[in-house]
Amino acid sequence: MTNPSDRVISDIAPGEFDTGVSSGRKVFGNVMTGLVFACVAIAILPLASIIFMVIANGLGRFSPAVFTELPPPPLVEGGGFRNAIVGTLLTCLIGALISVPFGVLTAVYNVEFGRGNKLSQFVHFCTNVLSGVPSIIAGLFAYGVVVLTLGTFSAIAGGVALAVLMAPIVIRTAEEGLKSIPRDVRQAAVGIGATNFQSVFSIILPAALPFIATGVTLALARAAGETAPLLFTALFNQYDAKGLREPIATLSVLIYNYAISPYKNQQELAWVAALIVVLLILAVSILARALTSRKVY
Amino acid sequence: MTSLTTAQQETLIESSSKFSGVRLTDRIFYWLTVILAIGIGLVLIWITYSLLSIAIPAIASFGLGFLASSTWNPVQDVYGAFPQIYGTILSSFIALLFAIPLGVGVAIFLSENFLPRKILTPIAFTVELLAAIPSVVYGMWGIFIFIPAILPLLKWVNNAFGWVPIFSTSPSTRQLFAASLVLAIMILPTIIAISRDTMISIPPQLRQGAYGLGATRWETITKVLVPAGLSGIIGSIMLALGRALGETMALAMLVGNSNRINISWFAPASTISALIANQFGEASGLQKSALFYEALVLMLLTLAVNVLAEFIVGRFQQVE
Repeated sequence: MTNPSDRVISDIAPGEFDTGVSSGRKVFGNVMTGLVFACVAIAILPLASIIFMVIANGLGRFSPAVFTELPPPPLVEGGGFRNAIVGTLLTCLIGALISVPFGVLTAVYNVEFGRGNKLSQFVHFCTNVLSGVPSIIAGLFAYGVVVLTLGTFSAIAGGVALAVLMAPIVIRTAEEGLKSIPRDVRQAAVGIGATNFQSVFSIILPAALPFIATGVTLALARAAGETAPLLFTALFNQYDAKGLREPIATLSVLIYNYAISPYKNQQELAWVAALIVVLLILAVSILARALTSRKVY
Repeated sequence: MTSLTTAQQETLIESSSKFSGVRLTDRIFYWLTVILAIGIGLVLIWITYSLLSIAIPAIASFGLGFLASSTWNPVQDVYGAFPQIYGTILSSFIALLFAIPLGVGVAIFLSENFLPRKILTPIAFTVELLAAIPSVVYGMWGIFIFIPAILPLLKWVNNAFGWVPIFSTSPSTRQLFAASLVLAIMILPTIIAISRDTMISIPPQLRQGAYGLGATRWETITKVLVPAGLSGIIGSIMLALGRALGETMALAMLVGNSNRINISWFAPASTISALIANQFGEASGLQKSALFYEALVLMLLTLAVNVLAEFIVGRFQQVE
């Protein structure tokens, strides 16, 4: 990664031209430099504290049992949250199944067919507005549309709520991927007689795949941590959900429920769940970075 | 893109009899993408409509007076949103108060060469990580670590400056001010990421010119670079404000959920999203409708802020 300002910065050593600078101006510079270093320290401190606390508190109870057992009733020791792990994976999967085709095809329209026209500008605007919709509103939307229709809280409703939040992320990264493909490739496809459909599906989408995969993983990382949209859609379940059409536990809702619970064992389980969610998101984010570096063109 | 659309006028293979099927697939595919693209706009309208349709009973009973009324009484079925609107805006304001100087400071730090690039890159990555941590984890960290840690400091402030109305109550373990500080940490990455991108993309000629005129590094930053990138910085602040207004879990866990306005920042308060998160489970009838009315207010509030941010950032990109 190079950026224009680097050249300039590296050309001029700090303080190189400071001879003849009045002391007041030097003091101003030193004070400001001290201030930004303080800013960085203050910004890093909470992150270090969160990571340290999640690891310290989560590792203590970390055991294979958390993956295989069900949440215990209050005042009962031990237990795990296999239902919540399954629930998080399931709601994220449903969210991805809805948002990925939707998002990728929207990006295909924006870049391949309508680049720069009125509709694609409108879609671009809507995507940005949608990405600013508060997550709890996505939950209320899924409640009104899915929960009231099916008559029950369900993994499907949770997935729909997550899909609303995932779609803008998928669209944006897919657009970036499509835009990164050189025009020559499209012209070559047209040149050998491919229709739009053929060139998009056989040439352009495969070439943009690393970007699309990045978008999907980033969207999954966001969805895995979302709590507010699942509160009134997936709800919670002490046991394994028997199907997609009944309430289901998720890791994030479990953290919320157990963090505000007065029972020590449940609080400990909340920390373990937080550790698993943070590790999951970390792994997925690093995977996303690795994918982007694998550019085809 | 013209390279693709011009292919539609190709007539050589169209004369082939096998072409009609291929062409049909192609047309269907094109229209499918158009429909899904329009669908994004429809989803926005659908969201607003679904909120509105459930909120209608509350809108009919309370009208616009809902926004100014401070009662939230499920027993008598009388509801008003003013304490929540007040809490939402005040918590976002306090969060910005701390996040703006910190965020812009870090953005300047990351776009300058105070430290070698080898050290800057991990710091930038760390800040990005802040954005990836789920808000419910921030909430839990707030309950168990942050609030117990900061409470002694707030008690001291209350003792020393208790005569100031906003510090006038003894700090509660669930309160507006501490919750807003956690909110500030959560919106920090938004401000840092966009401000830093803006600062880096400023044409290097501006810096060269300022150095050439004899300006020191900090005179260049404060008088040339920051003014040049101001619209990008303001855009990042607006986006962060949009996020702060809608943030739910951390506030639901930390703000105390008191539906009364207290002038002191150290007292429990409530926000729109925290109220919805806390009461939706048990609500029914008019109360549920009133919660959707509040959601509608929140939706319009964030919509206005985000559209404004979009406009400001868009204008910056044009200038660039």
